[in-house]
Amino acid sequence: MGFLIKEATLLDPINSENGSVRDILVENGRIVRIGENIQTKGHEVFDCKGKYVTPGLIDMHCHLREPGREDEEKIQTGTRSAAMGGFTSVAAMPNTTPPVDSVLGVKFVQMLATREGIVNVYPIAAITKKMEGEELTEIGDLTAQGAVAISDDGLCVMNAELMRRALEYSKMFDIPVIQHSEDKNLSADGMMNEGEISLWLGLKGIPSVAEEVIVSRDILLAKYTSGRLHVAHVSTKGSVELIRKAKQEKIKVTCEVTPHHFTLTDSCLKTFDSRYKVNPPLRSEEDREAIIEGLKDGTIDAIATDHAPHTIFEKEQEFDYAPFGMIGFETAVPLVFTELVHKKILSPYVAIKKLLEGYKILNIRNEGLREGARADITVIDPDFVFTYKKEDIISKSCNTPFIDREFRGAPILTMVGGRVVMKERKILL
Amino acid sequence: MNFTHKHLLDIESLSREDIELILDTAIPFKEMFTRSIKKAPTLRGKTVVNLFYEPSTRTRISFEIAEKRLSADVVNVQTSSSSVVKGESLIDTVKTLEAMKADIVVIRHSCAGVPLFLSKRVSASIINAGDGRHEHPTQALLDLFTIKEKKGKIEGLKVLIVGDILNSRVARSNIFGLLKLGAEVRLAGPSTLVPESFSKKGIKVFHRLEEALEDADVVNILRIQLERQKQKLFPSIREYNHLYGIDEKSLKNAKSDILVMHPGPMNRGIEISDLIADGANSVINEQVTNGIAVRMSVLYLLAANMKSESKEEEN
Repeated sequence: MGFLIKEATLLDPINSENGSVRDILVENGRIVRIGENIQTKGHEVFDCKGKYVTPGLIDMHCHLREPGREDEEKIQTGTRSAAMGGFTSVAAMPNTTPPVDSVLGVKFVQMLATREGIVNVYPIAAITKKMEGEELTEIGDLTAQGAVAISDDGLCVMNAELMRRALEYSKMFDIPVIQHSEDKNLSADGMMNEGEISLWLGLKGIPSVAEEVIVSRDILLAKYTSGRLHVAHVSTKGSVELIRKAKQEKIKVTCEVTPHHFTLTDSCLKTFDSRYKVNPPLRSEEDREAIIEGLKDGTIDAIATDHAPHTIFEKEQEFDYAPFGMIGFETAVPLVFTELVHKKILSPYVAIKKLLEGYKILNIRNEGLREGARADITVIDPDFVFTYKKEDIISKSCNTPFIDREFRGAPILTMVGGRVVMKERKILL
Repeated sequence: MNFTHKHLLDIESLSREDIELILDTAIPFKEMFTRSIKKAPTLRGKTVVNLFYEPSTRTRISFEIAEKRLSADVVNVQTSSSSVVKGESLIDTVKTLEAMKADIVVIRHSCAGVPLFLSKRVSASIINAGDGRHEHPTQALLDLFTIKEKKGKIEGLKVLIVGDILNSRVARSNIFGLLKLGAEVRLAGPSTLVPESFSKKGIKVFHRLEEALEDADVVNILRIQLERQKQKLFPSIREYNHLYGIDEKSLKNAKSDILVMHPGPMNRGIEISDLIADGANSVINEQVTNGIAVRMSVLYLLAANMKSESKEEEN
């Protein structure tokens, strides 16, 4: 029949709605009415008093690992993990095996998403064939098939000429080029942030300039070509400053930050715990503070997880050999509320805006909470207190240092196209 | 005074008292070497595995002799390739050793953090015999022992370490140990190998060798690894030798009783000249002898801890 969301506190930056209390009636996959005291019969009723109701959140940066690494994650499991995290849409990075560098690859992800996924999956295609950094992919055909951006994420496009052409060519299709900014010569075989902590641990460092050199170069290229640059997972103070300045100059650059980069620092590495091994690495407290500033002043547009599943076996080895990455869908909103909202760094409205900005950056149509709009809805209980337990993890992998951490604030309902996929912290499909 | 640690993973987490206890306990072991029967029954019935993932001659032999002089059953496992290449994971290898009831595992590995990683996952005592660029605690202990033996104290001495500090586990362990015992620590070498970021905790960084050597009581010369030049960390061995090689000329204005140390193996003619290596100030060979005494001391203290643990089990 349908659903009636009662007494919801609306947080909808898409429609500039900040805090009105309304009822929302959902029928046949769409929002049919938003109003006060809607009376109906036969609808399933959700009492959302004191809860935030937002347009379905988007994670614009994740790794679903399919095809190729189904032992780490599948579209089936990854989208369930995303639903638990309150995301109704995710953009999947193309560094699968083989990489998504062809129309066939895009179609494969879409097919699996339709068949096995429970949230919307938007494929991101590779910038270069086989992600080898040599030749551009067929960006026109890929976007026509539904790729929402191009990225060689995990690898940086080191060749400046190639990056220039990618920015120049992708302009025609109005998609962003998402860069993993890491100068490979400077990062070399580094494993953590280069700084005082790495110095004494004897772990090879990845200097912040390895990121900033590329951010700086790409901003110049974006300016020169008028192409659209999106800087993935910003991690350093210098990058934030470069992007702030570029935005002042009206250069088309956007960027994202991960919850782990605004929460953790390289001091976590002191115990050689590979769960904290991520790329870009956790940086210094000074960098973390600059990221917080960037979130506050709008330099940082979006919060994205960089959900990167790895098996226990892969992570449980020598620090040098453990792969980079941590999972992030299920802890993203809890971290945003615990670390940013409850600490008064961001208002709930601005925090939610960062979790919706991906639609704008990726040019995905989303009308928000509006009559007639598709019913992609997330409900967040800002005061839901819980401890994240290993046995509760929905993702196929459990490589996260946030196990056993207590959070305040969590999604309690995720609705995709009028279908409830997560309710009261349980996956329904 | 008891040694309360189950493992020897690093110097950083030891207290000054811990270090002094290890050094003091080593003295009678060294005296034992002059006897005709150089053996004590301390580790009888204990199995010690020397698990070396990186080539090593002197450290492995030194541990083996120390273990045998304490009457332990000794097993040597030397893997030239890493566990990943072999196909068995490190943790599986060590769990296997544990299933064979090894009491102590002495581990050398090219990756930093491996001893700590293992100590959290197996029940045997772990001794770090060098982990990547992180620490080499028994080397630092033998260096400290040697300094104390020769100079009578460590507090207040000016100790200079010369060479590739950035990539050296010997340097890191020595720095922690020297600072804890109250020495003044000086580091010298090219700025790419001795970055300014070391100049915290009271450490003094020098790029001119003669300044660094002024008034120094000890100079500990690190092996310069030839592969670092390939990584463009310095232009040539020749220039390195000109700027940082310890020879008669560079020591001309140094204290006449300066102690010359080197953890070995030496590159003669590169970081140290023949004349200095074999000269009157050199204690390089004695360091090797002291290495055995110090390692016996560590094994003895860890085993003593094990005994008290098993007594608790019986109760």
